[in-house]
Amino acid sequence: MEILWFCVVAFMLAMYTILDGFDLGAGILHLFVAKNDDERRIVLNAIGPVWDGNEVWLLAAGGTLYFAFPLLYASSFSGFYLPLMIVLWLLMLRGLGIELRHHLNHPMWKTFWDALFAVGSILLAVFLGAALGNVARGVPLDDHGYFFAPLWTSFTVQPEAGILDWFTVMMGGLALLTLANHGANYLAMKADGLVQQRSRKIASFTVWGVLLFAVATLAAASSIRPEIWNNYVVHPWGNIFPLLGVLGLAGMVYYNRTAQDVRAFISSSTFIGGMLASTAFGLFPNVLPASTNPKYSLTVYNTSTQGYGLSVGIVWWVIGIVLALGYFTYLFYSFRGKVKLHAEGY
Amino acid sequence: MEDALLLHRLQFAFTVSFHYLFPQLTMGLALLIVIMKWLAFRTGNELYNNSARFWAKIFAFNFAIGVVTGIPMEFQFGTNWARFSVFAGGVIGQTLAMEGVFAFFLESSFLGLFLFGEKKLGQRLHFFTSVMVFIGSWLSGYFIVATNAWMQHPVAYEVGANGNLSLSSFWGLLFNPWIGWQYTHNMIGAVVTSSFVVAAIGAFYLLVHKHEEYGKVFVRIGVLAGVVASILMVFPTGDGQGKNIAFNQPPTLAAMEGLFESKEGAPLVLIGQPDMEKKRLDNPLQVPRMLSFLTYYRWGAEVKGLDAFPEKDRPTNIPLLYYSYHIMVGLGTMFIALLLAATYFLWKKKLYITRPILWMLMLAFPFPYIANTAGWMTAELGRQPWLVYALMRTPDGTSTMVSAGNTLFTLLGFGGMYFLVGVLFLFLVAKTVNQGPVAALKDH
Repeated sequence: MEILWFCVVAFMLAMYTILDGFDLGAGILHLFVAKNDDERRIVLNAIGPVWDGNEVWLLAAGGTLYFAFPLLYASSFSGFYLPLMIVLWLLMLRGLGIELRHHLNHPMWKTFWDALFAVGSILLAVFLGAALGNVARGVPLDDHGYFFAPLWTSFTVQPEAGILDWFTVMMGGLALLTLANHGANYLAMKADGLVQQRSRKIASFTVWGVLLFAVATLAAASSIRPEIWNNYVVHPWGNIFPLLGVLGLAGMVYYNRTAQDVRAFISSSTFIGGMLASTAFGLFPNVLPASTNPKYSLTVYNTSTQGYGLSVGIVWWVIGIVLALGYFTYLFYSFRGKVKLHAEGY
Repeated sequence: MEDALLLHRLQFAFTVSFHYLFPQLTMGLALLIVIMKWLAFRTGNELYNNSARFWAKIFAFNFAIGVVTGIPMEFQFGTNWARFSVFAGGVIGQTLAMEGVFAFFLESSFLGLFLFGEKKLGQRLHFFTSVMVFIGSWLSGYFIVATNAWMQHPVAYEVGANGNLSLSSFWGLLFNPWIGWQYTHNMIGAVVTSSFVVAAIGAFYLLVHKHEEYGKVFVRIGVLAGVVASILMVFPTGDGQGKNIAFNQPPTLAAMEGLFESKEGAPLVLIGQPDMEKKRLDNPLQVPRMLSFLTYYRWGAEVKGLDAFPEKDRPTNIPLLYYSYHIMVGLGTMFIALLLAATYFLWKKKLYITRPILWMLMLAFPFPYIANTAGWMTAELGRQPWLVYALMRTPDGTSTMVSAGNTLFTLLGFGGMYFLVGVLFLFLVAKTVNQGPVAALKDH
């Protein structure tokens, strides 16, 4: 059961990253691909009907984490206190940036919210990448399973690392480039004209940044915590995940070159999914490794709740997710095709 | 240590109180918009459709602010109340997760369709999306209330070897007997808020003689929905909630009612200030024996006062609890009076020209917000000194790793952001109201 819920939470976080990832990507690109009001509105309308539902995956994942692995939820959220609060404030700014912009027809109002949407999205991408980096690197857990990490110490990885050290900042950079590319593919799919052209251009060079940073962070992670390879050795079938990542990356390059935007988007989605699954596979059974003493590491086994809760949860979870996927399919289908500007919407 | 506890409590109380200002309008307005869309369907009168579109505008940014202020709440159990989360997470994590999986996906998907898809979907499907948003938001309310109800009245759990709780009955958790009255009381409270807001804007339009046809629609819908809701708040839902507390949290009842000493034939206090040193109420206005009757249906029944319970088991801030409760009840009573008067004039077909009542309707809209907030303060202050009633005391639930300094920093951060968000909200409502219903559609 613990293994199942580990997969469930990993799946939900991957869904969040793939879906809200393109909303964040649109935000990262917003000021670069959209140079006038119409173009800005195209970007916002591309994500307008779907961004809120996409963001729900984060909340649903958080709630699921709460009941399945209460000690992990409590330890990680209190330990990552400041960055988590900053992420919450950034989510607020990003959301308000999207929703409030069209309520007043004044250029200064619109510029202000455009900037908040863009800056909020950029910083969110970096912080989310750094968060993953922290999980991979490990944190100074004590024997009760708790820790508290300041925002930074000396930027070195050990022993008393802060949230931001060179490794996690590099992961932040990887996330920024990945989501920029992913968002670019999405906008290329949903827009035409100059917005599409500029998006394709950005996708074409960010992909090389993704490749560079992916290789660099992988090398770094291997040297900081060589244990991440253990599961791959013992269970070679796990190599499917990095393979998906590589395939995704290849598609990101190829389909962008051939202007096949839908396939490029599917490729970047596959890349994100593959890389997150690879990370989860390498991490298991740890959910939050300890940089202090390995026996203090939080695992799926020492953080989970009891069997009944886990068993009954899977029943309602499956029902709920099937319904949710139904809503999403209907929603995305209703708004398929290129964005058209009209009175309704942003 | 005391510093940190107070700050954790203040931060949660502040962020949740501010957050809830928005969902109460969302949930109530979702219902009223469904009513407007349905009336549009039934009568074919485009006034109702334009009304729905007008209110959808306000609904949209109200919902957005509700979402962005709501996300910190889910995370705050972990950030500031880690020990509580470890203790109770196996149980309440279920309802919180279900809120995300069932309610949030539903309301946000259909909100996108509702706000963006009217032309694409046509009237029938568009009406359907408004119903889905309503169901999603009320489902969300259910799961949150179920979570709080469990904290007030823990059920369906078992204690593990490490002292932490885990779930023992799924349906027991979802149908905790406490939920019935708490949920209905809370949701109807949201209807009261939205009724007053709709009526207030309608009254404004009638008073300034602008968009008067809409003014009449808004006043009519607001007053009629409001009068029904306000009465239901007292009976049966308020009475039901009161009995929940009387039978399961007796020290809370004593504190709420300012009953220092146990008494047979206990009076119902209307006004009076609790003096904690002298242990009495100053200048009370009371209805003799009424509290006994309301609680036990016998005039001479004994109601236990604060003296019947050890001090450590009494609520920690009795005056604030007492005032929250009395403010809520006082306002609730005034709502009924005002709305009955308005209904009377509506029946006499004179409401739209009875300026004094219109003035009162226009000025009354902040008060349901105050009443709802006071009600939640009653619930939460009433639960003290417990975080989980009779199982975990509040000081034992905090995140020990998060210092007072860090908490103060984030509290100030939230304070600043929320102040700005509040100003923005008021500005946008004023702008939308000023533009008026049909003009607001021609924004682009």
